[in-house]
Formats: sequence, C-alpha cells, structure tokens
Amino acid sequence: MSAFIEIENLSYAYPVNEGETPRPALDGVSLRIEAGSFTAVIGRNGSGKSTLAKQLNALLRPDAGRVLVDGLDTADDAQIWEIRRRVGMVFQNPDNQLVSSIVEDDVAFGPENLGVPTEEIRERVDEALAAVSMEAQRQKGPHLLSGGQKQRVAIAGVLAMRPRCIVLDEATAMLDPKGRQEVMEILEHLHRQGITVVLITHFMEEAARAERIVVMSRGKVCMDGSPAEVFARGEELRALDLELPFAIDLAERLREGGLALPQGILTEDDLLEALCPSK
Amino acid sequence: MLKDITLGQYYPCDSPLHRLDPRVKITAALVYIVSLFFVRDFPGFAYVTLCLAVLVALSRVPLSFLFRGMKAIFLIILFTFAANLFLTDGSVLWQLGFLRVTSEGLYRAAFMALRLILLIVGSSLLTLTTKPMALTDGIESLLSPFRRIGLPAHELAMMMSIALRFIPTLMEEADKIMKAQSARGADFESGNVLQRAKALIPLLVPLFVSAFRIAQDLAMAMEARCYRGGEGRTRLHPLKMRGRDRAAWILILLYTLILLVQAGWIVF
Repeated sequence: MSAFIEIENLSYAYPVNEGETPRPALDGVSLRIEAGSFTAVIGRNGSGKSTLAKQLNALLRPDAGRVLVDGLDTADDAQIWEIRRRVGMVFQNPDNQLVSSIVEDDVAFGPENLGVPTEEIRERVDEALAAVSMEAQRQKGPHLLSGGQKQRVAIAGVLAMRPRCIVLDEATAMLDPKGRQEVMEILEHLHRQGITVVLITHFMEEAARAERIVVMSRGKVCMDGSPAEVFARGEELRALDLELPFAIDLAERLREGGLALPQGILTEDDLLEALCPSK
Repeated sequence: MLKDITLGQYYPCDSPLHRLDPRVKITAALVYIVSLFFVRDFPGFAYVTLCLAVLVALSRVPLSFLFRGMKAIFLIILFTFAANLFLTDGSVLWQLGFLRVTSEGLYRAAFMALRLILLIVGSSLLTLTTKPMALTDGIESLLSPFRRIGLPAHELAMMMSIALRFIPTLMEEADKIMKAQSARGADFESGNVLQRAKALIPLLVPLFVSAFRIAQDLAMAMEARCYRGGEGRTRLHPLKMRGRDRAAWILILLYTLILLVQAGWIVF
C-alpha cells in the first residue's frame, strides 16, 4: 500500500495573545496513513488529536514540518482547495455544520462550491444520500432529524465531493448509542469501498473497530499499532488516563482470575465466543 | 413545539403560483406594493382586489392561512383606521364630546385600512408560495447586476439563508438556557411586562455567546467543504425562466398599465 497522507515532524501551536508563551498542540509528529486504511486516533482532551485532524485538510497549517496529502503540500496555498476536496471532514457538533435548511441542498453544498455541473450535482447528491440511507429525508429540514441522522447527512455532504479520505473529528461524541452505531456502520462500509478513514474519537469501543490505533499524548504520538497491540499495553494506556474497552478489560481481569482465555479478544462478540463457543 | 415550526410561512403545495420563478414573484410583489400607492379611488381598489383574488385562487393557499398573518398587525390597522377617522377635518357627520367623525375622515380611514390589508395579503402571498431558499436564490439573482457597484449580492443571500437555517437551532439553544436557568431559580413567568423583559437579559448573553460559537463552527465546516464565496459556484437548482414565467412578466406589465390608466396617471 502507498501512503495517502505523510506527516513529517509536524509541530503546531495555536496563536496566543502577546506576552503569553505558546504551548505546542503538536510537537514533532510523524505519521504515515496508508491509502484505503482505517485509522483511529485516540487520546485524552488536549492531547492534540483534534489539532492533528485539522492539519489533514489544511484547516490548520504546520508551524514546522510538513503534511503531504496525496503528494500535495498543505502549506501550498494553490493546493488547499484540491486537498480539501480529497480529504472530507465531519465535525463534532451535528447542528453546526449543516448549511442549508433542506437536506438535499446541504449535500449539494460541496459540489456547488466545486463548480460541478447541475446534472452531475443531482447524480452525486442521489448517490451520497443512498450511501448513508437518507434518501427518504431528502426534503426535510435538519431540525427535524435525530443527531445520528444529521451526522449521516454531514457524511453525505462530504461524499458528494467524491473524496479519497474522510476524517471524523469526534463526530460521534454528541450522539446517542444508536446514532454512534449508525455512523460506525457507514464508516466500515466506506472503508470496504476503498475510502481512507481517519476516526478521531474518545470511545475505545469505536477505536477497537479500526485497523490501526494511534495514541496521542501531549502533542506527540506515543503508541501506534493494531488494536490488539495497543490494547495489550493496558497499564500504559491507564497511565495516559485512557480506559480499555469493556470486553478487553473484562477479559484481562478474567485471565488474572485464572480463566484461560485466548489472546486477541477485542469486542464483546469475541469475548462471548471465547466464553461460550457457539459450536 | 420546536418540531413543528415552519420556516418563514411557506405553504407547501403545487400550484401555478408555487411553480413560478422566484424572481418573477419578487418583482411582481414589488410592483404590486408600489402600485397600491398609485391607486386614487375605490374603483381602483376594486380592480386591485379582483387581481389579488385571482392570484389567491391560483395559489391554492387556504384563506384561513392567508389571514393568519393579519392577526399580528390587526392593531396597527385598527389604529390607522381610528386615527384617520377621528383626526381628519371636514364636514361633521357625528360628534360626541371631542370625538368627531367627518365624511372625509370616514373616507380616508376606509381607504387607508383597505390599502394596508391589500398590502399585507399581497406580500404574504409571496412568502406563502415561495420556499425561503428559493426566495434567497431569487434575491441573489436579482441583486447580482449591482455587484459591479460593489453590492455583495451572493454574500447577502448566503447570510439570509444561513439565518433561516439557524432559527430552529437558536430556538433550541434558547430553550436549553432557559431551562438551565429555571432549574437554578430564575423566574421568566411572573411579574409585569417590564420585569419579564428584564428576566430575559441573562438569557440573551449566553445565547449571544453560543451564536458566536456556532458561527465559528459553521465557518470552519463551510471552509472544509471548499466554500470560497460565490465565484465559480454552480447550483443544484439553477433558476430558469420558462414559458409560464414569460407569460407572468406580460401579465405584470398589463396589470400595471391598466392600473395607471384607471388612476389617470396615463392619459391617451
């Protein structure tokens, strides 16, 4: 696989008032995100994970170091619109990112900005709404939708730009469990279709469903590996104020209690299978 | 309560009036409003009322819906009527103490009230038959010739449509803040008008703060979706003049001409 996003030694600090010392939000981060991969980024509040997300589509630009998206440098003004087209972003608050009072007009907002011809916008809107199963609500106002439905519309709005990568900046944080489940299923579906997914989250259960987990702390990457590898380092995660997913935590305690459980238990289904095999 | 608010006061339906291009309807409404001030006598009003009645029938908007908007300005109409009735000099018809009704006053009062009612019914017909989004699209397109002299037509229309979009969001926010403050003992319901208005101040401050936060979030989301102003944008629903719109232009012209002739502004 080839790298879709290459981050080299990236540092960034938010601008501060005169007299205050800037505190780096990102401090020498290097990361490669492969094309078509599904990566989760976890970390406690203030670890820099949201700042990292905004660096991926040039909403923020590096102070030092370099971010290459599909070979395009985010520091280059001439490239930022092409970068934003290729890397779509879904934000945390479902209410504050929908532009239009009608669902289908909102989905059309991205392609309209790109200057796509009218007939093709129609085609893309239909396709994007179908991908998130929101065709039935196309004429509704966003205030009539549930949180999960609003986030699905936001995802459709990104898909209508035909991006190669989709970044979710804590997009499930304000949703109920049902809404979170809906969004996760759509992400897994998009991943299977070859779209690169970067999921910023503080829900460990969600991170466990990714192919790779990057753990951030104080603006640095401090762990990077498959969910099994990362969650095997339970003590270190706890030291970073991160909880293990329920199934992994329980499996670990059962092992301590003397129960012989196989390695590699990540989800509740895995645990169930290990405790009472169906066959 | 929040779930059933209608944005603007659009009446969803498929009528010839609903299908017209918003630009035609906005122009028609403007022409109509100005025309009301050219009417000089009651036969003139009869003509305008007749035209309006035809439009209302074409729009398929129920009369109850049409007059709902009147409730809010009923007081203004009543006040205008009374002021004209009692304060006009002329031949006295009836007198009680300092109250005096003159025939000129009666005539003017009826004239003014009729003009106001026609004004309101006519202009609400525009918002009843045009979706808010179509309305802002129409305004953008009508204003775009003035871009050359520096009028930000696209930005104005975008602001209007975003304002419409966020009415329910801000109402929800206000509701949330109100509940949070009630829970801590704030009282929004008792006292006289002045006291109640005062109680709203602690509500407005956090509401403003969250409006700014929402604006910031939205601006970032729009940038992330490649928004960079009106330049080079295409539309999902581009405005297009059709046969029926051209017919409407001719009818607007005809209406104006007849009205001006009737009122004696044009003499053959």
